[in-house]
Amino acid sequence: MKNPISYNKRREFSNKLAHFLFATAAFVSIFVLVILLSDLIARGSRFINWEFFMNFPSRFASKSGILPAMLGSLWLVVLTALISIPLSISAAVYLEEYAMENRFTRFIKINISNLAGVPSIVYGILGLSFFVRTLGLGRSILSGALTMSLLIMPIMIVATQEAIRMIPASLREGSYALGASKWKTVKGIVLPSALPGILTGVILAISRALGESAPLLLVGAFSFVSTLPKGIMDSFIVMPIQIYTWMSKPSADFRDLTAAAIMILMALLLTLNMTAIIIRNKFQQTYE
Amino acid sequence: MKSTLRKKWMTTFILLLVALLTLSACNTPAPAPAPTPTPTPAPAKLTGDIIIDGSSTVFPITEAVAEEFRKVNPDVNISIGVSGTGGGFKKFTIGETDISNASRPIKESEAAIAKENKIDYVEFQIAFDGLSVMVNKSNDFVESLTMDELKAIWSPDSTVKTWRDVRAEWPNEPIKLYAPGTDSGTFDYFTEVVNGKSGAVRTDFTPSEDDNVLVQGIAGDKYSLGFFGFAYYVENKDILKIVKIDAGKGPVEPTFETIKDGTYAPLSRPVFMYVTEKALVKDHVNAFVTYFLTEGTDLIKEVGYVQLEESLYAEGLAKLK
Repeated sequence: MKNPISYNKRREFSNKLAHFLFATAAFVSIFVLVILLSDLIARGSRFINWEFFMNFPSRFASKSGILPAMLGSLWLVVLTALISIPLSISAAVYLEEYAMENRFTRFIKINISNLAGVPSIVYGILGLSFFVRTLGLGRSILSGALTMSLLIMPIMIVATQEAIRMIPASLREGSYALGASKWKTVKGIVLPSALPGILTGVILAISRALGESAPLLLVGAFSFVSTLPKGIMDSFIVMPIQIYTWMSKPSADFRDLTAAAIMILMALLLTLNMTAIIIRNKFQQTYE
Repeated sequence: MKSTLRKKWMTTFILLLVALLTLSACNTPAPAPAPTPTPTPAPAKLTGDIIIDGSSTVFPITEAVAEEFRKVNPDVNISIGVSGTGGGFKKFTIGETDISNASRPIKESEAAIAKENKIDYVEFQIAFDGLSVMVNKSNDFVESLTMDELKAIWSPDSTVKTWRDVRAEWPNEPIKLYAPGTDSGTFDYFTEVVNGKSGAVRTDFTPSEDDNVLVQGIAGDKYSLGFFGFAYYVENKDILKIVKIDAGKGPVEPTFETIKDGTYAPLSRPVFMYVTEKALVKDHVNAFVTYFLTEGTDLIKEVGYVQLEESLYAEGLAKLK
């Protein structure tokens, strides 16, 4: 026969233990982030000023700037988004709403999920041999954006599919009951209700494109460019590659400059995520 | 109701997109930093692309020259990539680049591919680098190493496990080796000079394509030994100890002087730039190479490399005509 008091104590104890373990897990990750950020700020903040944003890289750390890398990243990410977002959403809508449920579509769905896990360097090799060489697009922003699109499309397609699957059947049926066609239902019911989920996928995917460097190194992003990109066929450098280039310089000053560049990249990622989250939340509220 | 909400959302999205695009668009054509006034006004405005790729060792020199060149010729678009000497030649010999940076001369096999693809090129020596052999700062027994000892340490069939295996009076502590990765020209050159065959080396060392990793590795390991380019030694003098190299004429320490006058033989090596003849006839490429071999040479020391004798640059300039 169990003693009810000690039994209760045990329950309390295990309850507290679970609480403690989960809290530790959360704090460990926050702690690491705080250490990383404070180290970055301590090393890099002295380089952050107006010139840092407006200058080209230089052989002197104090005169170096991040302008070409920032614009290169911006060009790449915007072009990647323009290519990949419409394609991914359309593909997901087709797979979820139009395609027959048969062996072929199951095969495609499994493959897309698999592609989401392929190492990014593999996309770089594909981009180099197909976009850069076979199609003759050269070491341009367009080649980079096409490669990046291939890399992030599986993530977006899977996220969109999940979001579409979460829509209750009653919503769709209501639309059909009112006489709406399939296209009208997709346009008026499915896409709007799935948008919060789709946006989450888009945010994650775009952030990934902004932080990737390995596939771009293969596709032919440069380590130095002397003019700013003016079009999608121009050569380019992106922020992760600028960071890598500075990191491997001999002088210690450049390592602090690297910290400054990482701060900017993180700030950019944060702004991007925040904007998207705000838009998403606003939208989510209006539909509930 | 729903459609107005959707419109609202769509407007936000489009506005955001437009904002992003305009941001990049209006920033783009603006000539970035204020051009420094130059005493020699350029006669004709040069435009065009120069695609450069290759050695990471040569990159800082080319980058410094491009940095200064763009102040005079802001409309010439110079793009420099870093694929390593071998990786650079792979692109150069199929005509994808105009200039290839190299920390060793072109190999016969690479030259053959260039010939096959009808790529004619000109070689320019641009600077000297002194491969520097380094040990930990607290290492108090190693002052110099002979070439034979280096070979004993690094050869593919090396039996050296501890420092005592190198010299009997040194401590019986395991020797930890650090070296640049196998794709680098630095690695090719060192193995060729020390072991007699490019690429021949023992395999139990810590390789890294990033020389700063080697610096950190050696600085944190009391019984370590490693080698890399002179520029990395210059910047890390306070945390590493340089080893004098004895090639039969007494121990010599690598300095700007000993590398330049050749007394730091055989570990001082020239670094190169290869330019296709097709590119060289273009005005903007010709101007860049000319600038490189004249005013550009003053920048070489600033980035930790050693200038050649003036006569060698004159030889290079003569090839341009």
